[in-house]
Amino acid sequence: MIALLIRELRLALRSGGGAGLGLGFFLIVVMLVPFGVGPNQQILGQIAPGILWIGALLASLLSLDRLFQTDSEDGTLDILALSPMPLEQLVAVKAFAHWLTTGLPLVIMAPVLGLTLNLPDGAYLWLVASLAAGTPALSFIGAAGAAITVGVKRGGLLLSLLVLPLYIPTLIFGAKATSLAADGLDPTSAFILMAGLTLFAIALTPFAAAKALRTHLN
Amino acid sequence: MSLSVNNLSCQRGGRTIFSELSLEIAAGEAVLLRGPNGAGKSTLLRVIAGLIPAQTGEITLNGTAFSNRDDFHGQITYAGHLDAIKPQLTVAENLQFWAQLFEAKNLAQTMQDFRLDEIADRPAHACSAGQKRRLGLARIAVTARPLWLLDEPTVSLDTETTARFAATIDAHCAAGGIAFIATHIDLGLKAPRSFEMQAYEPKADAPEHDPFLKGDWE
Repeated sequence: MIALLIRELRLALRSGGGAGLGLGFFLIVVMLVPFGVGPNQQILGQIAPGILWIGALLASLLSLDRLFQTDSEDGTLDILALSPMPLEQLVAVKAFAHWLTTGLPLVIMAPVLGLTLNLPDGAYLWLVASLAAGTPALSFIGAAGAAITVGVKRGGLLLSLLVLPLYIPTLIFGAKATSLAADGLDPTSAFILMAGLTLFAIALTPFAAAKALRTHLN
Repeated sequence: MSLSVNNLSCQRGGRTIFSELSLEIAAGEAVLLRGPNGAGKSTLLRVIAGLIPAQTGEITLNGTAFSNRDDFHGQITYAGHLDAIKPQLTVAENLQFWAQLFEAKNLAQTMQDFRLDEIADRPAHACSAGQKRRLGLARIAVTARPLWLLDEPTVSLDTETTARFAATIDAHCAAGGIAFIATHIDLGLKAPRSFEMQAYEPKADAPEHDPFLKGDWE
């Protein structure tokens, strides 16, 4: 299990792994917003939670389509299916590695970008907290989508169509928690609902993804 | 240790690959699976490995039924046309991962046996086709499972490595294991048995089963 995690991190960090890709995309998308909306600080501050959350959501989607596809193409998936490790565990470890290389950098980078969007003072802590608790759901739900589209050549677009609607609840409550904090209100209820969604995704999606992988292998 | 295949039939995409196939392999036997291209050699190996479902028939390995997935496939190691190698990782990292996943202990010895220690630190993308194949076969030896399913294992190997690999298979069989090898060449094994497969020809009085034509959906 540790071996698989280490291997996933190595693959993501070496050339062609795409660990920095999501972060770079996140930076650029968020930086584009002031150019499009204009430099009005009040408007930017109002839309900042939503923009940051949508940016994080799209960025975590970028490297998902390769999650199982490379393994399927080079025969690794066949061998993993015969290994003592259950496919459910395999999916969970790979999704966790995806979060470590894609989600976690976004969480760390978000406050800096919040500053450029004039995010109100009280919201930074809740922005980081909501992203930290919400982005694992993006990786785990995305893993299920990646498992379903593993046999589809250039399945990235199909993956987006499948997965983005499932991201909506996390987006609503994550952005709401941040914007409530920005308005000086209590964001706890929105945050708890979103954390619950994440736990739900972590508990269920490995089984769904493993089922899809088995169907693909047969 | 014995492998018994009884009355096995497999269909892919509405076409029968093989039908009513039976064979017995006893402990210590190396069986060469022979037949023309398209006879279904790879499919048979993948069916036994559980990577393709069979339509009818039974497979029993050492008294364990095929349906008992965990126990059955825990005895199998499979090497297909693809080597399951990550080009970004070094030779040693690739093999180490499989050794850890399959809880193997003979890593250093296998590295020597397959002459991989001299290229241990080379990234796999810089290896030649033959070196990659050697790495792929080293995985078979490192997983230390009783039934080896090998699909054209000697493609792009030089004569010396082929002889070494044949010696590895002989040693495996001498220790009571089974090797089932699809190949076109003479490997130079000590006491191989051949199993011939013929390309499937439908009998005139038994038309191929097509659910869409037979009205099964009504």
